[in-house]
Amino acid sequence: MIKLERVEYKYNEGTPMEAEALHEVSLEIHDGEFIGLIGHTGSGKSTLIQHLNGLMRATGGDIRYNGESIYKEGFSMRDLRSRVGLVFQYPEHQLFEIDVFTDVCFGPKNQGLPREEIEERAREALSLVGIGESYYKKSPFELSGGEKRRVAIAGVLAMKPEVLILDEPTAGLDPKGRDEILGQVARLHKERGMTIILVSHSMEDVAKYVDRIMVMNHGRLVFNDTPRAVFSHYKELEEMGLAAPQVTYIAHALKEAGFPMETDVITVAEAEEAILCTLAMEEER
Amino acid sequence: MMRDITLGQYYPVESPVHKLDPRTKLFGTLALIIALFVADNVFCYGIAAVFLFGIIAVSKVPVRHILKGLKPVIFLLLFSATFNLFLTPGEELIHFWVFTITKEGLIRAGMMAVRLIFLVMGTSLLTFTTTPNQLTDGLERSLRFLKVFRVPVHEIAMMMSIALRFIPILVEETDKIMKAQMARGADFETGGLIKKAKAMIPLLVPLFISAFRRASDLAMAMEARCYHGGEGRTKMKPLKYRTADRFAYVILLVFPVSVAFLRVFL
Repeated sequence: MIKLERVEYKYNEGTPMEAEALHEVSLEIHDGEFIGLIGHTGSGKSTLIQHLNGLMRATGGDIRYNGESIYKEGFSMRDLRSRVGLVFQYPEHQLFEIDVFTDVCFGPKNQGLPREEIEERAREALSLVGIGESYYKKSPFELSGGEKRRVAIAGVLAMKPEVLILDEPTAGLDPKGRDEILGQVARLHKERGMTIILVSHSMEDVAKYVDRIMVMNHGRLVFNDTPRAVFSHYKELEEMGLAAPQVTYIAHALKEAGFPMETDVITVAEAEEAILCTLAMEEER
Repeated sequence: MMRDITLGQYYPVESPVHKLDPRTKLFGTLALIIALFVADNVFCYGIAAVFLFGIIAVSKVPVRHILKGLKPVIFLLLFSATFNLFLTPGEELIHFWVFTITKEGLIRAGMMAVRLIFLVMGTSLLTFTTTPNQLTDGLERSLRFLKVFRVPVHEIAMMMSIALRFIPILVEETDKIMKAQMARGADFETGGLIKKAKAMIPLLVPLFISAFRRASDLAMAMEARCYHGGEGRTKMKPLKYRTADRFAYVILLVFPVSVAFLRVFL
């Protein structure tokens, strides 16, 4: 479990150019949760996730990992980083090894594991993201965009993190690549019980997969609730430069047009059901 | 960490110096350099100080900010001042063990230090008040006469401005890749020289690849806009001298001439 207590982060603290990136963010992330983190560009979401594995140090407040403060003296940041895996935006830009397999081995090798274990983990991670053995000896730079990204995600998965944070894992991918990646992430959550934090711009993606949504705006955590509850604030979300899933808007529009619709629909499947249900009711009358 | 380089970063304020034509400022810096090398007595340095601090005052760049730019040259400064202090023969002032400080040495060390400080301040003032693009524009225009000798002036200027433009991008990229590798357990801080050098591979390989990718993207974008070198190329904002520049040139001429005059007649 990760617990943030009034975490603050200021750039250039103590200079005239001081800027607040996080303002008293308090939240809890429980084991096995699938969380969506959304926010406009510059809202502080990237800053926030870098705090969770100790890449950035809060200028105020405290972060506890399984009850232990990560800023306590003697706390191993390297250990934390192998427990909380962070996949940055465009992770394929971090690939550097001569072949796919060696690159995925980089993380576990840094953990100081024995060789068999390293290779075992790399194989497992690659199969989790659907990269077959025929790819192992290929140069990472020969792969397609989506494949590169999956290899890079495998590079983090190979460290067997307990928590996996993905920063916009679908940015710049075509719909097929996007569905593949999100599908695999959802499987990791379901089959392995991994805690997942998904940073995304796409409300559709978030609504479809996550249990809870956290919304950041101007360095503050403004909403922290189930997708249904958060998207019911679609007007406020719009003011922050965000939006609700398109089907939510359709439901509201139908209701305004006089149909007795449920308006708290957030996925296409739910919307379909709600519309069919309304039509059936109309027919009965 | 790499963002702390003050030397040569544009300081965005509105001031008459910022608005001057880059050529004027380039020649001004040249005039300052010449004057500082011609100067050999206190009066010359006095005029140089008035000139330099006058411009700094008009430029609205805080003196403290300019002094910060001196940090990287402190070592060089101490080094040359110390050598001049102890190794100049002349009238003895203090003597202890093998060290002798002479009056001439003291004066020379002092002048040397002032000369270096003024040089760095003057040149950094140029980059504080002129954007890299203006600077290359000014250089291109001033060195255009070299075309006669078949020097590809425009191409060199274009390469320079692209290189300058890429510095902040690459710094940011380095930061990102470093963090990404640290998230995978990479360690850039501990270990001996060889271990540290090896640890750079996961950073340098992606950085080079991204630099090449960006370069080829840029080349493509330039081609798409029909860039084909400097031949027949016009500018949206051609450099033009204004009244302020003419006025500045008068000062720029009077200043080194008066320094030379003081050196010869005093």
